[in-house]
Amino acid sequence: MIPELGHYALVLALALGLVQSIAPVIGARRNDAALMALANSTALMQFAFVALSFAALVTCYVTSDFSVATVFENSHSRMPLVYKITSVWGNHEGSMLLWVLILSVFGAGVAAFGRNLPATLKALVLAVQSWIACAFYLFILLTSNPFLRLPNAPFEGRDLNPILQDPGLAIHPPLLYLGYVGFSIAFSFAVAALIEGRIDAAWARWVRPWTLAAWMFLTLGIAMGSYWAYYTLGWGGFWFWDPVENASLMPWLAGTALLHSAVVMEKRNALKIWTILLAILTFSLSLVGTFLVRSGVLTSVHSFANDPRRGIFILAILVLFIGGGLTLFAWRASALKQGGLFAPISREGALVFNNLFLTTACLTVLVGTLYPLALESLTGEKITVGGPFFNLTFGPLFIALMSVVPFGPLLAWKRGDLLAAAQRLMAAFGGGVLAVALAYAIEGGQSLLAPFGVGLAVYVMIGALVDLAERTGLFRLPLAAVRARALGLPRSAWGTAVAHFGIALSMLGIICAGTWGTELIVAVKPSQTVSLSGYDLTFDGLMQRRGPNYSSEVANFTVRKGGALIGVMQPSKRNFATRAMTTNEAALMMRGAGQLYLSLGDTKEDGTTAIRLYYKPMVMLIWFGAVVMMLGGALSLSDRRLRIGAPRPAAKPALQPAE
Amino acid sequence: MTRKQRRLILIGSSLGVLAVAVALVLSAMRSSIVFFQSPSDVAEHQLAPGTRIRVGGLVKPGSVERGDDLRIQFAVTDGKHDIPVRYQGIVPDLFREGQGVVAEGKLESGTLVADTVLAKHDERYMPKEVVDALKKSGRWQEGAAGAPK
Repeated sequence: MIPELGHYALVLALALGLVQSIAPVIGARRNDAALMALANSTALMQFAFVALSFAALVTCYVTSDFSVATVFENSHSRMPLVYKITSVWGNHEGSMLLWVLILSVFGAGVAAFGRNLPATLKALVLAVQSWIACAFYLFILLTSNPFLRLPNAPFEGRDLNPILQDPGLAIHPPLLYLGYVGFSIAFSFAVAALIEGRIDAAWARWVRPWTLAAWMFLTLGIAMGSYWAYYTLGWGGFWFWDPVENASLMPWLAGTALLHSAVVMEKRNALKIWTILLAILTFSLSLVGTFLVRSGVLTSVHSFANDPRRGIFILAILVLFIGGGLTLFAWRASALKQGGLFAPISREGALVFNNLFLTTACLTVLVGTLYPLALESLTGEKITVGGPFFNLTFGPLFIALMSVVPFGPLLAWKRGDLLAAAQRLMAAFGGGVLAVALAYAIEGGQSLLAPFGVGLAVYVMIGALVDLAERTGLFRLPLAAVRARALGLPRSAWGTAVAHFGIALSMLGIICAGTWGTELIVAVKPSQTVSLSGYDLTFDGLMQRRGPNYSSEVANFTVRKGGALIGVMQPSKRNFATRAMTTNEAALMMRGAGQLYLSLGDTKEDGTTAIRLYYKPMVMLIWFGAVVMMLGGALSLSDRRLRIGAPRPAAKPALQPAE
Repeated sequence: MTRKQRRLILIGSSLGVLAVAVALVLSAMRSSIVFFQSPSDVAEHQLAPGTRIRVGGLVKPGSVERGDDLRIQFAVTDGKHDIPVRYQGIVPDLFREGQGVVAEGKLESGTLVADTVLAKHDERYMPKEVVDALKKSGRWQEGAAGAPK
């Protein structure tokens, strides 16, 4: 009964979606307020029905209703409740339902919070949003129905893939989807603007909070996925340049560019056409990501199913929306009025530089990700494009970008003074050089590249602080005045500085952990002691434990530094009988911002166990930096200007009609 | 500066950055791309010693020899040809005789000195490269045990 209810609710959502796809467009054409307002109620109702459908699926999982095929495939009655719930999206069908749920959340969000949007723009945005939703409803109903029943209900399920039974992975997909799908709003706004043929600074102000929210979730989602891979895959890597990871990095890069270009558009009414194009491209890359991950083109933990019909269906959605969006862009973009002028050396110029490097870096990732696929389908030759390729292409572009980051906020709009900005950045240059020297001295002159990277990161961090100091008049004005200026400073200015500080922190973590990390791969006998980077680990032996749906073998290691006991590390291996699978649970010990990392290999009969031991200095900064970036986004999002939105066009006739 | 000049600067610098990116991509393609080969490919083509390759197939039953200091030697087979592989380190949990494996490393006098050894994630999944290598050598049976879903 409950699965059928969920299925039926989804069909109703599709029906509502079809109405919302057509009626508001006609309303906008005829200037019929009632038809346009219809989109508000249908968007809210769509959300209600998709939520009902999702709740029905969750109920099936929680009650372990194995008559439902996906529940049987991916759940087990003895799994802890939280994993019963997260296994809803631990498979293809359920994760697509989560995708449309989030899509409908955003649609309802625009309907509920977009009160001060012009009626026609709002109607068109909701209609475009509904086109996307309908495509995915159809995809689910026709190719990936999560509510399909089995003719003979089995007694027990086949369990969720054990590597997905982890708190990190429980929240990684929803965060990532909030990011991916959030960019659909930017896409809908861009398409609506193109249909209307007019766009202005207020448009950027409406789009920015949605893009910012999506970007924050995506940032956190990527960081979460990276941390999960780090502690669960057992060899201490945090980024593998795996196509699936790249699929999430590309929308992030494009989305970051979009955030910056939208600022130019909002403040200076320039870069309009480019911003529209970026909005289309960002969501297109999200769709490409979904296609790569969901179609079975790639083989990885993420590709749940290899049904070719699904791949073709997603490809069709991809072609329809990317092709349609770009065609509309090519056709209508010339109708948009050109915006303000600016000198190459200016805040706008710096933001153009940012966009140029971010999109080019995104392009190199796209080439590296798609080239092996294209080569294989054309020549049958199989190649691997891995870390070295991206380090050589993405790396230099990113370094160039980072070296300019501190200049941007210090340059004036329209025409900036490079020399004055450089003078104000003296402290940052000095700090950077000092950091290079310090890092070089500490590492003992092994390489020059890594100390240089550390210097660059420190320079960007101090640059962010200099920006705040300049704006608040710190060191120049009396303290009371500084306080008043700090309080009066727009939250978005704080957000910029915090986010720039965050990316530098992540960079610092990547360089330090990657360059100065140490590792030891050995076989140890019980009561043997091994040493790495000043830490002595004594292997005390193995013991057996039982979990709810697995048995585990736990190794006990006593950790000492300079003779003093500092703790115990217990890496383990979990054996899941249902799937005959083993997962590796690494033991982590925090040492400041660094970590000791210990994971287990095979054990011989005499108790000799192979171990991987890593010391990763500053490694936590990688993810901590991402959280700081997200906080920067949150500060910016809380800016009063974005919250109250732009004035109505009636009050301020700033809308420019099409030429 | 006129609008036209400004636009030229913008377009010029965009093309400049793009050209740098293309140069980076091309040079990286030459130096850092690894080709996948089946054991038969390796046997049939004369590859220069020191070439970096990825080899996929099954771990030949009875070929695994473990030495001291986590040294391990085994042969990867696609049913027609074998290639010996040397590796030092921890092999994945699901590394077993007769199971699918992908090894990456340098070719030295007919032996692959591997720095990475990958095995399948679970009992249902087989590396796609291994499936293709087996299909090519005619040893793949659709729907057989171990076939990917």
